[in-house]
Amino acid sequence: MKLLPGPLRRRRPAEPDGRPAAVPGDGDLRRGHDALVREREKEAERQRRREAALEVPISVAGWLDERTGLGPFMRGLLYRKVPPSNWFYTLGSATLFAFLSQAVTGVFLAMYYRPSATEAYTSVQHITNDVFLGQLVRGMHKWGATVMMVLIFLHLGRTFFFGAYKYPRELNWIIGVVLLVLTMVMGLTGYLLPFDQRSFWATVVAVNLNSSGPIIGPYLADFLRGGAEFGATTISRFYAIHMLLVPGLMAALIGAHLYLVVKLGVTAPPWMKAEKARELAKEEI
Amino acid sequence: MNAREKEQYLREYHVFKGQGKPFFPYTVFKDGTMATLTLVVIIAAAILFGAELGPKADPTTTTYTPRPEWYFFFLFELLRVVKPPALVFMATVGIPTICLVLLIILPFIDRNPERNPLKRPIATLTGITVIAAMAYLTIEGAIAGSPTEIEMKVAKQYEPGRAVAASSGCLGCHKIGDNGNAGPGPPLTKVGARLPKQAIARTLINPTPPMPSFSTLRQRSPKEFNELVNFLSSLR
Repeated sequence: MKLLPGPLRRRRPAEPDGRPAAVPGDGDLRRGHDALVREREKEAERQRRREAALEVPISVAGWLDERTGLGPFMRGLLYRKVPPSNWFYTLGSATLFAFLSQAVTGVFLAMYYRPSATEAYTSVQHITNDVFLGQLVRGMHKWGATVMMVLIFLHLGRTFFFGAYKYPRELNWIIGVVLLVLTMVMGLTGYLLPFDQRSFWATVVAVNLNSSGPIIGPYLADFLRGGAEFGATTISRFYAIHMLLVPGLMAALIGAHLYLVVKLGVTAPPWMKAEKARELAKEEI
Repeated sequence: MNAREKEQYLREYHVFKGQGKPFFPYTVFKDGTMATLTLVVIIAAAILFGAELGPKADPTTTTYTPRPEWYFFFLFELLRVVKPPALVFMATVGIPTICLVLLIILPFIDRNPERNPLKRPIATLTGITVIAAMAYLTIEGAIAGSPTEIEMKVAKQYEPGRAVAASSGCLGCHKIGDNGNAGPGPPLTKVGARLPKQAIARTLINPTPPMPSFSTLRQRSPKEFNELVNFLSSLR
């Protein structure tokens, strides 16, 4: 109350709801009583509304559950127990988060990018120089790729050294390796898109490397280039692969990866085994 | 793992899981913290380093520096390390494919039920060796320059050809005298003694991958192309 300036402080008790307060005095008692009753009714009404407001999220959840039957699934997902873990176990979800960041920044870049040999470079210039926060979003997309690559390798290392690829999680390891390859394909196809000298010639060499592969090599290179030579269609091919084909595959495989993580559970740190065995041995004695 | 070991693992895991805490809010909090950190790192890198945009791609020039993203440096460097031409195929496709297949079938190679890294020394040492090898190749690939200067004495009539060769990025993959990188392409120091002029011109127009073709240079500027061929055939 002391924080309020003088005039406000004096006026507050006088008119709580814009009317002069009922002053008990000669002949006014009746009116005072009525005001009090009205006040109580209002208070009760407010209380009812508060309770109703609190009911809203519960009834929305109930409404959704009634129609989808997702309630038990969500409870199982959120309140399932996770074995004692450490910070190494956050690398997978951090990789997922980097992927989501790439998806969001990628969508914004796609709003301004034009995938043609004549316009690609100028549209990237436009993003960098003119578009609001364009330089930041492009920087985030570029460095997000690096961060995702680092995280995916660290996640791979954690899985390897903790023996987390063993029974019953072999299939999830394979999905993970495929995701690693797809992430590298994203890096390769995305590198061409700014269409500057460096990215263009690096991609020429990369595609030529592909063509030296056995049997399918030359066909793969022709498919990527859209012909025997780098041409007008090459950049739109890379763009379609970079923003539709591979992200779609990755999203589906990430879904499968996460399903298996939830289904099979996250491994416990491998050194827990010894401790536990000793504890159990003690209990048996 | 046999049936008994599988059964034992599942039972043990059930005990560990029972000792754990609910996913929400404990794991969600940890993952959320890490996600925030990831976002902070991405934004900080974007602000500090930005994303450069070089000169516009020009397929008609052969002035280029074929540098991949850093996470492909180890593959790039592998090409440089492997010297004999007969084995280049192994470096471009062979070794990466073999490594990838080994990585995919790892759970079927390593069927030891033990999971503690200290108690499976072969797997742990192999992992460390692979990481060290990849780190070495990445660093080597990172410090290998992309030179566009050829410092050597040549006769006056070959000077223009030397300039064309220098600006064409030959040194990215070939060694000429003391200049350039030793591989993936063969050294060109004595290429004039090995190949006649016609053969050099043919190779430039129709090279073995991954070398890019110089046919566009010949169409655009036959003079520069001839200078380049003359310079290369003077190397003996």
